[in-house]
Amino acid sequence: MSADQKSSTASAALKEWPLWEVFVRSKQGLEHKHCGSLHASDSQHALQMARDVYTRRQEGVSIWVVQSSSIAASEPNDKSEFFEPSSDKVYRHPTFYEIPSEVGHM
Amino acid sequence: MYTQSFNVPDAPDTNNSTPNAALKSVPKALSETDIALQAQFDARIDADGKVEPRDWMPDAYRKTLVRQISQHAHSEIVGMLPEGNWISRAPSLKRKAILIAKVQDEGGHGLYLYSAAETLGTSRDQMLDALHTGKAKYSSIFNYPTLNWADVGVVGWLVDGAAIMNQIPLCRCSYGPYARAMIRVCKEESFHQRQGFEALLVMMQGTAEQKAMVQDAVNRWWWKCLAMFGPPDADSPNSVQGMRWGIKRISNDDLRQKFVDATVPQAKILGVTLPDPDLKWNEERQHHDYGQIDWDEFWATVNGNGPCNKERLGARVKAWNDGQWVRDAALAHANKQAQKNLKEAA
Amino acid sequence: MSAAQSTLSQDASITEHSATQAGNPSLPIDYLLHLADNALVLGQRNAEWSGHGPILEEDIALSNNSLDLIGQARLLYQEAAAQIGNGATEDTLAFFRDVPDFKNYTLLELPHHPPLAGTSASDRDFATTLVRNFLYSALMVLVWDKLQHAPHAQLAAIAAKSLKEVRYHLRHSRDWLLRMGDGTAESHGRAQAAVNHLMPYTQEFWTGTEYESKAASVTGLDMGSLQSDWNQIVNAALLEATLKRPADGGFIPTGKQSIHSEHLGFMLAEMQSLPRAHPNATW
Repeated sequence: MSADQKSSTASAALKEWPLWEVFVRSKQGLEHKHCGSLHASDSQHALQMARDVYTRRQEGVSIWVVQSSSIAASEPNDKSEFFEPSSDKVYRHPTFYEIPSEVGHM
Repeated sequence: MYTQSFNVPDAPDTNNSTPNAALKSVPKALSETDIALQAQFDARIDADGKVEPRDWMPDAYRKTLVRQISQHAHSEIVGMLPEGNWISRAPSLKRKAILIAKVQDEGGHGLYLYSAAETLGTSRDQMLDALHTGKAKYSSIFNYPTLNWADVGVVGWLVDGAAIMNQIPLCRCSYGPYARAMIRVCKEESFHQRQGFEALLVMMQGTAEQKAMVQDAVNRWWWKCLAMFGPPDADSPNSVQGMRWGIKRISNDDLRQKFVDATVPQAKILGVTLPDPDLKWNEERQHHDYGQIDWDEFWATVNGNGPCNKERLGARVKAWNDGQWVRDAALAHANKQAQKNLKEAA
Repeated sequence: MSAAQSTLSQDASITEHSATQAGNPSLPIDYLLHLADNALVLGQRNAEWSGHGPILEEDIALSNNSLDLIGQARLLYQEAAAQIGNGATEDTLAFFRDVPDFKNYTLLELPHHPPLAGTSASDRDFATTLVRNFLYSALMVLVWDKLQHAPHAQLAAIAAKSLKEVRYHLRHSRDWLLRMGDGTAESHGRAQAAVNHLMPYTQEFWTGTEYESKAASVTGLDMGSLQSDWNQIVNAALLEATLKRPADGGFIPTGKQSIHSEHLGFMLAEMQSLPRAHPNATW
């Protein structure tokens, strides 16, 4: 990505509510399970949303929310030697081979 | 709820400065590493394994999934509008509550799906921008109007019914987050269909006006629901690759046939007539034969010329734009709080 | 389970609650209808945001709020219907009563925008919605908290359930009051305008009615006794949100005394149209 594209993506990202991963332990559950993500402006907000969206307001459940950008993740098990030096982001960003349309047909 | 089991190409992007998935993807010459990764990926697909967010995947697989999952999510959100149209006029408190809950579930499904799509490296804002500018599609079944209360029941019975047929195979899709989102969705979806059917059953046992309402709704929605499964297999080139990647499991025609066969007896129980004179049991095939779908009308609607396209998209764009100040306020407040906390900690 | 599934399982427990038990003191019907109408009218208003919220997550939150309120309305109408007898049901009460029969606070029937006539057109304003939710929820946490100890088994049960729900509504709306009040210049302006518009309508909470007094002799809840606690909740939130509270005064509405704004007529016309067109139908 060019520097220009990177900075416009960054400023666009600042306008977006951060992404939070949601972990829920059900009433009878033994551990928190990852159920998905949502956008919220802060952690309290994220907890409230998670309650609405992922637990349908069941009682007795425990909810954890973590900003996606805070999560450090391990390499996939296999072929780690083939894998690029890891970013510590959970989601690998796509590297589309983009060409500007002025370049013409390729 | 969702449908379209075929990939509609994105609208062409004429704006050079926007990095966009619709720009041409140039296949680079593959290195030895790439070849090995591709082979490993293929083997995993063949063994019915799951691909997870941090795994290597071909760019075309990633792009196809971003498009399919995000369009699925958009469909759930836009789908809130035709049924939401009747919340304020639901004829009993029980029906009102059920309908609000159903529409809310659809919002929730959209959220699960946006969440799954974001694992592939796109963002909510990017996906919504694609929807609002017309680059991304949503299921065109939602471009039709809900004209009487029975439409709500018929949408539950037929549209959700068709969506379930599409969605159950997706629970075994090769991409982990999508499959898991679909399992969640499917658990909730069958309840929606039963609710729709039950509402219709009550009406069909009711007054003459209620019965007429139901038959009118069925007459308007039946053919549209058949078209939901997408064009005939012969006209669906993307299906082959989708199947190769474990994203698409069953063909359009096969799903459509399953739907017809399942629905005919349900219609009998209701006592409604499905508006197809060619619909009849074929003993030899052990399936129902059915008539010709109007694909011209289908494509006209998909391409923007259905009865409600502009209104649906207009509503979504307005909600997003009108809500900008709200989203900005929440962020500004969060930043202020963060600054305060830093100061206090210092 | 989905929200739709839990709504239906709520149905089962509703039938258990609805039979008025022998030995329950009788409550004024108008009081039950006042509580029920409040919940239905606000539930109907909040559901208007479905599909149009500023972000998907808030769409879901407002729908939850609306579902809770309609659930409360159903329980209360069923209790009233049981007392009225004569074939009354939750639906006959909700759909076949006219504007002068409704006993909700005027605050709750207002559209989601600054002051305008009933036939004016306007966009929905999220600040109006959330400020209204805050002002009403702040009252109802106090009301339900008292009523859960009422010597009327059904009402106490409804109150206990509703208290859990309204605590959540209060937290949600209070958080938004803060975000808007202490957010951007635009959000602050909108929130302040909403407070200025809606606060005078809350004066209706403290005017007495005969049915409220009669109910008080059964439940022990004197609304006037809640006023200072309500003021505390509201003033603390406004302060934190950097918002000013307008002085009391001006017109005091009378919705709970059956004289409404022009807005309720439009709402009921829409809400009641289908059952009234088919008066003998079951849905």
